[in-house]
Amino acid sequence: MRTNDIIFQTVTRVAVFLIVLYSLNLFFAGHYTPGGGFIAGLMTAAAIVLLLLAYDIKTVVKILPINYISMVGIGLLLAVGTSVSAILFGKPFLTHAYDYFQLPLLGKQTLHTAVAFDTGVYLVVVGVTLTIIQTIGESE
Amino acid sequence: MTVIIPSLVGFFVVTGVILTLVSAIGVVRLPDVYTRNHAASKSATLGVMCVLLGTFIHFYAVEGQFNSRVLLSIAFIFLTAPVAGHLISRAAYYSGVKLWKGSNHDDLKQKIEARQRSNE
Repeated sequence: MRTNDIIFQTVTRVAVFLIVLYSLNLFFAGHYTPGGGFIAGLMTAAAIVLLLLAYDIKTVVKILPINYISMVGIGLLLAVGTSVSAILFGKPFLTHAYDYFQLPLLGKQTLHTAVAFDTGVYLVVVGVTLTIIQTIGESE
Repeated sequence: MTVIIPSLVGFFVVTGVILTLVSAIGVVRLPDVYTRNHAASKSATLGVMCVLLGTFIHFYAVEGQFNSRVLLSIAFIFLTAPVAGHLISRAAYYSGVKLWKGSNHDDLKQKIEARQRSNE
């Protein structure tokens, strides 16, 4: 029997944006407050899982046409690339660097290479979680 | 000022805890799934929102820290907890959980029967 999911779907449309916003907050605040790439990746994956619950798997693939396996690859490449680039500057592997920059709109900010490493972690976590969930969801 | 803020915080936190306790008692005492779900989703939502509001006021007034995450979580709980209650009740109804024997009015049953008749 086909049921009517309009309440769930409407709330999902609002809640997904809140969850993604909060996960981005956790990601960028990870250096000074609790948070970071791992938990932000899990929360983004949770937002996409909420979409998967409210709509079916084909609709979500149409909304977000992302190949999650290559997302894992890009994340690993980013993390390894950040670590290896320290060797090119004559420093040990995984040495990070930071500096102060005068950014437009944001003013004086610190940019740290650990953010690039964290982006790698984020992409790997989102990719692995959604690969697992989609693979289990599709095999019927 | 030194009296108003702690008493406001205390009022919100104590009210929230009492409302959550009321909802827990309701879950234990009420007869069937739908009435229990009604107690759990309404009273606990308001209770948690009151506790969070007390927390927000405390950290804003005493520590001078505007914590927008707490405000966001109040909005988020207000948005999602009733929907969760609705989905649980609906899943229970469609999987055939009986209403309490004292209830005598079932609008959804007539709707479902009418829809099944129009589908045939």
